[in-house]
Amino acid sequence: MEKPLTSRFRSDGEPVDIAAYERAAGYEGLRKALTMQPQAVTDTVKQSNLRGRGGAGFPTGSKWSFVPMSADTPRPKYLVCNADEMEPGTFKDRVLMELDPHSLIEGMAVAAYAIQADIGYIFLRGEYRCSAKRITAALAEARERGYIGHNILGSGFSFELHLHVSAGRYICGEETALLNALEGKRAHPRTKPPFPQVSGLFGKPTIVQNVETLCNVPHIVSKGPEWFRGLSRTGDSGTKLYGVSGKVKRPGLWELPLGTTMREIIEEHAGGMRDGVRFRGLLPGGASTDFLVEQHYDTPMDYTQVQNAGSRLGTGTMVVLDDKTCPVGMVLNLEHFFAQESCGWCTPCWSGLAWIEKILTAMEQGAGKPKDLDELAFQTKFLGPGNTFCALAPGAVEPLQSALKYFGDDFRRHVDEKRCPWR
Amino acid sequence: MLTAEVQAEINAEMAHYPYRQAVAIDAMLIVQKHHGWVSDESIRDIAELLEMSAADLDGIATFYNLIRRKPVGRHVALICDSVSCWIMGCDKVRDRLCATLGTPLGGSTADGRFTLLPIVCLGVCDHAPAMMIDDDVHTDLDEQSIDKILEKYA
Repeated sequence: MEKPLTSRFRSDGEPVDIAAYERAAGYEGLRKALTMQPQAVTDTVKQSNLRGRGGAGFPTGSKWSFVPMSADTPRPKYLVCNADEMEPGTFKDRVLMELDPHSLIEGMAVAAYAIQADIGYIFLRGEYRCSAKRITAALAEARERGYIGHNILGSGFSFELHLHVSAGRYICGEETALLNALEGKRAHPRTKPPFPQVSGLFGKPTIVQNVETLCNVPHIVSKGPEWFRGLSRTGDSGTKLYGVSGKVKRPGLWELPLGTTMREIIEEHAGGMRDGVRFRGLLPGGASTDFLVEQHYDTPMDYTQVQNAGSRLGTGTMVVLDDKTCPVGMVLNLEHFFAQESCGWCTPCWSGLAWIEKILTAMEQGAGKPKDLDELAFQTKFLGPGNTFCALAPGAVEPLQSALKYFGDDFRRHVDEKRCPWR
Repeated sequence: MLTAEVQAEINAEMAHYPYRQAVAIDAMLIVQKHHGWVSDESIRDIAELLEMSAADLDGIATFYNLIRRKPVGRHVALICDSVSCWIMGCDKVRDRLCATLGTPLGGSTADGRFTLLPIVCLGVCDHAPAMMIDDDVHTDLDEQSIDKILEKYA
């Protein structure tokens, strides 16, 4: 089984340095891209069917094709890496940046060439101190060898790349809020349109991509789109970093073909449930995705089929709920997070999420009322798509609406028994 | 007054952006790296350097949870309270930490050694529960392992 994203990883936890990276065919993707027309690089990525690994799953090549390429395009154009991994339960981009930072730098250089970006930023969450150190060191190595900077490898193409360390807040993962943060402002999301591809950072054409997405790009250019499509088991291309946390025997992170089933990930890779607990469900891709339950155990975990099952692949890092953990308590924990992290810009989000947290807190404390269930169900619609400024609130109600669907009896028990049955 | 060292670091960041206000967040993080927090005086000094109002800069400062507008202890402990850590029992670890240090979340120890703060998911969910002290991440925590970890921070 080929594992392009993780095959260079060292077993001692140290980062791959530039010499080792080059020995393992590193920067070959960039060398090849520089011999191609920029449009041909975008076409290659389009043909590979690579979809964004940050959560939304938008086709990467299509995103690039919206960037204006004519001679009179406003400059500089920007490429931004969204390395603000703050989705609860998600720990994949950190591993890529810590163990193979050059893979991200090469991916950014190739993507920058495709859209002819002049300047790039890696927008890194502040708590990722180890990633910051290793990226800083790798940037210096790459600059010294001419892989970034002026006139890259004598091609005439120039691309400056900087690290920006963020000061917190989940909303910075929303791409337009991220751009405001990068401009030194409060991270409120922006109205779309205009889309960042046309008017993004500092009002200039900008692409924002997730770390894992970018790390795939050099391999696609080197080995071709057919190779990439062949890595998956289903219609969505490539491999995926899947993670599992919660009460399984071996929590961890694995690079597997896209479309690997939930059963295989949980049973074979995570070792199944710990002794004494039973599987009840999981969030397939971080806090803002709908629960899947036992009936979905054989779902291939790709974008299309997880969506057909009523959820989203999201970040592909799963959080497992077991029978000794209270589902209402778990949802309260999630909604506390979202209420706290709401940026405060639009009313349904800051008001609605606080209200949801209040109701769930009362339920956990034995003060829930029968009408609270209807109220919660109403809020999931009220905060749904189309009613809020950005995707934070609609994402926040995904675990709640699916918990009401699959664990409704547990919510009712809290109200009827006037206590949390798990305490 | 911003020290020459802080000014030099802020100037180096400015070179990466088209105008100086864009480094507002970077500048505050640089000050914090040197002084532990961002005082009213620092807000005024940075605002002057960036040619913006102190009120605007404070509006930015208070948006971001990693910018501290109050003094902190010599070490800052950030304890993760997000979902994977919650499932794995971070509440017990938090209670033990608060009891051992004698301060609630959001407070500092009387001797100025520690400030204890909650933090969202630290991205080490496969080794939950987790916390971060200064730049170090500590994982697979339980009530017993806490004391030994704290000993490392004088």
